[in-house]
Order: sequence, then structure tokens, then C-alpha cells
Amino acid sequence: MSIGRRQFLKAAGVTGLLGLVGSPLLKIFAPGELEASSEFREGAALTARRWSLVVDMKGFPTVESYTKCIEACYNAHNIPHMDNEKHEVKWIWPETYEHAFPDNYDVYLSENIESMTFLILCNHCDNPPCVRVCPTKATFKREDGIVAMDYHRCIGCRFCMAACPYGARSFNWRDPRPFIKNLNPLYPTRTKGVVEKCNFCAERLSRGEHPACVEASEGALVFGDLKDKDSNVRNILRTKFAITRKPDRGTLPRVYYIIGGS
Amino acid sequence: MIEKALSGNKFYWAWVCFLLAVIAVGVASYIRQFHYGLGITGMSRDVSWGFYIAQFTFFVGVAASAVMVVMPYYLHNFKRFGRITILGEFLAIPAVVMCMLFIFVDMGQPTRILNVILYYTPNSIMFWDMVALSGYLTINVLVGWTTLSAQQKSVPPPKWVKPLIYLSIPWAFSIHTVTAFLYAGLPARHFWLSAIMAARFLASAFAGGPALLVILCIIIKRITKFDPGEKAVKGLVTIVTYALIVNIFFVGLELFTALYSQVPGHMQTFKYLYFGLGGHGKLIPLMWFSTFLAISAVVLLLVPATRTNQITLLFACASVHISLWFDKGFGFVIGGFVPNPLEKVTEYWPTLNELLVTTGIWSIGLLILTALYKIAISVKVELEA
Repeated sequence: MSIGRRQFLKAAGVTGLLGLVGSPLLKIFAPGELEASSEFREGAALTARRWSLVVDMKGFPTVESYTKCIEACYNAHNIPHMDNEKHEVKWIWPETYEHAFPDNYDVYLSENIESMTFLILCNHCDNPPCVRVCPTKATFKREDGIVAMDYHRCIGCRFCMAACPYGARSFNWRDPRPFIKNLNPLYPTRTKGVVEKCNFCAERLSRGEHPACVEASEGALVFGDLKDKDSNVRNILRTKFAITRKPDRGTLPRVYYIIGGS
Repeated sequence: MIEKALSGNKFYWAWVCFLLAVIAVGVASYIRQFHYGLGITGMSRDVSWGFYIAQFTFFVGVAASAVMVVMPYYLHNFKRFGRITILGEFLAIPAVVMCMLFIFVDMGQPTRILNVILYYTPNSIMFWDMVALSGYLTINVLVGWTTLSAQQKSVPPPKWVKPLIYLSIPWAFSIHTVTAFLYAGLPARHFWLSAIMAARFLASAFAGGPALLVILCIIIKRITKFDPGEKAVKGLVTIVTYALIVNIFFVGLELFTALYSQVPGHMQTFKYLYFGLGGHGKLIPLMWFSTFLAISAVVLLLVPATRTNQITLLFACASVHISLWFDKGFGFVIGGFVPNPLEKVTEYWPTLNELLVTTGIWSIGLLILTALYKIAISVKVELEA
């Protein structure tokens, strides 16, 4: 099919116009932006059929005992310390029982439980609503159960934040990079406009290391394979009474809490 | 036909220039947001959708409401609406465009928006919303434009338009149903987790949209030589009245379930919206104002004297539209996030920059509406001359 002179001129005009307008537009909208990049080293990776975490509250008697877990996570993942509370980015953080387990709260709870501080994080649900709603598969569930994110695919629609019953997801309301205290070159920083959350340290597992919070917890956080009946987590769950957050939502959370008893 | 939008008196051009100026301010504000990030809005970690998504939700309703003139005319041969079907279809076009723009400005990474197509994910309702909205826009542009140009040439519209018109009817229902599904399928938010959501959305859309159309018809009659016809307006008013009452009924159903069951999760947002929660209650005045407007509109629309008087009718229709705007274009979306999943309260209020972007989008909608109505009315007036 041939095109006539008139058609050619039209096409040329449109293309030229795009060329003229395109580059100043780019300058207005994306001045000097750089894509973040990072490489992961190959090592003897830790693998499982279904990763899960057990939080043993006996191991968190003091503020210091849980703060070091949070700090380890923040340092490992370049999590910014935002000055505005509304823009906070949180992967793992402390809450009281009332807020961590709002459906099971009662005013006459034991003083012991009232005084406890619970570390909460993404539950890496077996049936994750965030994965169900994501329009680009930027949030996806890996074969080992980790609910992971591709920060470069995320369009920042925040559907996942509306869908998560645990408030586990944070959005980068502005450029987070100026708010990172200690830059870790082993993990990418994020850009403004994308969602992020705990990734069960998928990058550390691939290097053969345990999650940063688990390592810092000195045994209070137990990380293991839920599908291996002889695993550390299964042994604990077999003998101790554990609860999960909001089990009624059908999300099958895979972070367990052991609150009392022996 | 497009040339008809390019000629007009000085009032027409003054109006167009005014809209262009507001749009320019909106674009500048958007560029500012683009640089800083969405942190420039009032949204937060806890209230992660705000004014933009609420406006999107509201205007999907306005777009869907076109079916309330299309269906009676084409399916039930309700001749009175013949003069205004084009007004309904041409109202749907800017409404859908506004919806798309509101979604766009709400994206954290707008330059990646095509990922929704590139990595299409049918299990996400957002994918279906994209399909529904772009399909509806296409249908209305095709149907509106071809039927109007056929009218202009005094020939029957081409045969392929008829199936499209019939398709537009279920499609209109689908756009608002899918929009409701964005909310109604989330296990995290009690307030939205309700089977009646889509029905309630449709009822409020069929009240709010036609109410706007009544207002537009009255304005058109005043400022142009085209008379949409008293009978058509009367038909619209009947639809507005019924739909508004059905909507209030549906809200009542929600309230009953929440308040009689006493399930805390179901009650909390209603408490927050109407009475405040834990000392927080920024939306209380808006919600009561919306309730007041809805009830007074019902009264004005039911009493024959006020329904037939043009001034009170205008007042009633404006009340319907504004009431539903507060309810759906503000309270519904914000309320869903309060309290947050940890049962804490963070409040939301739009910022100036956010409002400027919003008014920019409204103005784009109004500009498209102005141009399309100018074309449609010029054609109709020429035919009648």
C-alpha cells in the first residue's frame, strides 16, 4: 500500500511535532532521573517450600530487644526515616495488643498482655489480597510463599494498600532517598511513587543468610519451612499455642505469635 | 460538525478562555505534584486514596447515568427523550474522560501506567475497570457522533449503530458495577465489604446524573435557541426522584445491618462519618449537610408544586447532585480508610495543590462538555430552523 503526498506530509508533521514537544516534556517531567540498580551475589541460597515466621513474645521483654530487630531491618533495606508521620515507611514496627489484634481485644485482658509490644510486619499470606488486586503483577507470590514486589513495575495505584487487612504496606509519598540514614549498597533504594513492604529478606535468603530481624532477635524470631514437618517452626507450632492476626479474613497469614504459656 | 464548536459569540469564547485558564493552573499544579510526589496531597499511609479516587468514583456514576435516557428511548420507545439522548451520551464522554484523568493523576508512577496493559492481570478489578471505561468511552463517542451526523444529514443512522446502542445499555451498568467491585471485594475494609455496593452505586448514579442533566437542560433552554422540552425534563425528574429514594433506602439497609448487628467493624466508619471516632470528625459537617440536602430534595421532588416550579426544581436537582457528590465523591472513599486496619484514626483533608489539580480536571470535563453540547445544539437548531 502506498501513501499519498498529503498523507506523508501529515505523518511527517505529527512525527516532527512529537519530536519538538517530546524532549521539553521529558525535561519538565523527569529532570536528571536515574534508575536505581543493584546486583545480588550468588551463594548457597536458603530455600523452603513455605517460609514462615514465629514471633515468640517471651523473647521481647524490653524495648531494646525489639528495637534492634527493627533497626537491623531498616539498615538492611534502606528504609527512610520520614519526618512526616503521614509519609512513614514501615516494614516491621511495634504495636500494642489492642492494635495488632483489634478483633480479639477486650478491656479485661491480663496486664501482662496489655504491656507487651508486638512486632508486626507483612504476613506473607497464603491467600494474599494484595496479589489478587495488583493490576500489573508488581506484587506477586513466590513459590516459597514470599509475597514479593517488583519496585520497577509498580505503577503506584495503591490498590494493594487498600486491600491489605494488616496495614503492612507503605507508599513513597515523596523521594525517600534523602531520608535514608545508612545506605546499604546490597539492596536497592526506592523511588517516589511506589509501594513497598517487608520481603522476608528474599535478597538475604538468596545469599544464604537469615532475615535481618531474625538474626538480630537472638532466637525470639524463628524463621523456617512450614511445609517441612520436622522444621523449627513446625516443632514450635506443634507444642505451643500460637495465634495469627485477623484469621477471619481468609488470608491465611504465615506469621505466628506465641503469647503466653510454656 | 466539529467546526460548530469553533464559532460562537463572545460569551462562548469568554467561557472557553476561563476554562482554559483554570486548566492551565491545574496542569501547573500537576507538574508540581509530579516533581514532589503524591506527598503534596492530603493522603497518607493510612488514608491512601483521597479526593482523586473519590472524584473518579463519582464521575463513573455520572457517565453511567446516560443509560437513563438511552434505555427509555431506544428500548421502551419513550419518544420524549428523543431530544435529549444526545445530551445524555455527550455528558457521558467528558465524565469518562474525567474518570481516566483522575485515575492518572492518582498514580505514583504515571509514566508506567501502560504496565496495566503490558502486564495485563485479569484477576485485578482495575484491569476490568480499564476495559469497561475505555469501552464505554468508545461506544458513546461512536454512537453519539454517528447518530448526530445522520440527523444533520436527515438520513437514518447506519445500521451498525443499533447493536452498539443496545450494547451501551448493559455496558453502562457494568462500568459502575466494576467500580463498586474495586471496593466491595476487599477483605481489609468493612465499610466497603458490602454486597449492596454496586446496587447503591447505580441508584446514586441514576439520581445524580439525571439531576445534572435536568440542570443542563434548563440552562440550555435559557441560553440557546434549543428547547429540550418540558416533557423530557419531566421524565428525567421522575427518574431522579425514584433513584434518589432507592438510594436512600439502600443507605438505610447498610445502616440497619451495621447498627443492629452491632459488629464493631461495620459500625465504626458510620460512627466516624456522622458522629466522629475517638475525637476525630472532620467529615461530620459534610455528611450531615449531604443528608440534609438529600432529604430536602426528596420533599421538593415529591410535592407537585415544587416539582413543577422551575426555581425549586433547579434547587432540588442541585441538592441531589451536591448531596451525592459529598456522599460518594468524598465520604465514601475517605470513610473506608477510617479507622485503619489497626483501628487507629488518621484523618484526611485535601490540600490546595490537590484541589487545583481537581478543578483543572473538572474544567477539562466542562470544556469537552461545552464543545460537544455546542455541536449538538447547533445541529438541532439548524434542523429546526
